[in-house]
Amino acid sequence: MSKPHLLVHDEADNVGVVVVEGLTAGTDMLCVVTHDNSDFRLTANADIPIGHKVALNNLAAGDTIVKYGEDIGKMIGDAARGDHVHVHNLKTKRW
Amino acid sequence: MPLDLTNLTVNAWRRENDRVGVRNHVAILPVDDISNAACEAVANNIKGTMALPHSYGRLQFGEDLELHFRTMIGTGANPNVAACIVIGIEPEWTKVVADGIRETGKPVAEFSIEQNGDIATIAAASWKAKEFVHWASELQREECPMADLWVSTKCGESDTTTGLSSCPTVGNMYDKLLPTGIYGCFGETSEITGAEHICEKRATTPEAGEKFMKIFQAYQDDVIEPYKTSDLSDSQPTKGNILGGLSTIEEKALGNLEKIGRTSTYIDALGPAEEPKKGRGLYFMDTSSAAAECVTLMAAAGYVVHTFPTGQGNVIGNPIVPVIKISGNPRTLRTMSEHIDVDVTGVLTREMTISEAGDALIEMIRRTANGRATAAEALGHKEFVMTKLYRSA
Repeated sequence: MSKPHLLVHDEADNVGVVVVEGLTAGTDMLCVVTHDNSDFRLTANADIPIGHKVALNNLAAGDTIVKYGEDIGKMIGDAARGDHVHVHNLKTKRW
Repeated sequence: MPLDLTNLTVNAWRRENDRVGVRNHVAILPVDDISNAACEAVANNIKGTMALPHSYGRLQFGEDLELHFRTMIGTGANPNVAACIVIGIEPEWTKVVADGIRETGKPVAEFSIEQNGDIATIAAASWKAKEFVHWASELQREECPMADLWVSTKCGESDTTTGLSSCPTVGNMYDKLLPTGIYGCFGETSEITGAEHICEKRATTPEAGEKFMKIFQAYQDDVIEPYKTSDLSDSQPTKGNILGGLSTIEEKALGNLEKIGRTSTYIDALGPAEEPKKGRGLYFMDTSSAAAECVTLMAAAGYVVHTFPTGQGNVIGNPIVPVIKISGNPRTLRTMSEHIDVDVTGVLTREMTISEAGDALIEMIRRTANGRATAAEALGHKEFVMTKLYRSA
């Protein structure tokens, strides 16, 4: 089995984490859900650094982001499936 | 092949109070900062002893003094300590600490410096320490159920790899070993911010969850509110966390909570350095998120092995408790592998499942309990740091 580009904690998550360095736009990523070791493929829409998140679905402003199967904040901008999700389009709901 | 969890044993020391210790230290414990020099002199005279110097113990009062005594007594009482010499500037507080440790039934001797001076105190304490070393060095390890171990956890220098690999490795270990009967402990009150509602739900009973929430809210009200200079958005997540890909405090806190696994629940919420009293199982403890303070408090509560996930590479150790480092960050393994005991980078490359990583950690806990020196022990890390609640009088 080849090494994954992206890891997802839980089947309910709508973001995953890049686990390789130098990921470039257009990469056909191997994505693995760590909880059950299932896998799927997704194309990266941008160059995304290791440790950063990628949208697994088309996301709109106001959508809740789920990681670890839990609410980690809300979108403040849109992101298409395969886009980079970080502080520019995701914010805590706490303040 | 999955690890067979039935009848796991370790070769360790069964103490007078029936607790199991995995180290056999003769500790030289100062009650206060000004007794450090005498303790270090005794430890220098008598090989096989260890001084535990620290920065406090004078003019403390109220809850802060109680915590100081609890930390001192708990450290001496820890089953990894075979026998203990206590040295303080004056006899009264010295006796409080020595008598507290004595309740375990282990050999304890106390000395005070006033009316004697350092030199006579060091001489008398050295004679006693030598006697303790002869006695302790003849104690034999015996086969004990692994279920009798008390195993604590706290992570440090976290990044996205800790939430993906090293923290769930600890969680998997707890999900497997807590049902066999071990005691577990997690803490870091401040770093549960953003996932406190999740943590509340992970209590075994509503009462334990309410107790946790009270501790959490007290931290917000008594520490964050009076001392903050902004809304914390510049600190949580930190700039380093954001560079590493963490976007929100909730995301950071959830990575931290991965250490308690998928099925484990905590049966009580403890004060700092408070001994768990509700039987076998997992406990939350109110601690700082600073590594040395947190591990010192958990050791003082009686935990004998510590599991420490790290992403960027925290190097912490403890004088009496072996601290096992787990990392899944390939760069950390490449640049500072001498600090890491369990390499779980295979979780990120899919060459290792979380369950296999958990088994590897269980095996390392067993080897450590049997006597393997951890990376932190080999490198001489002995961070022993008191938690101070407020200024001394």
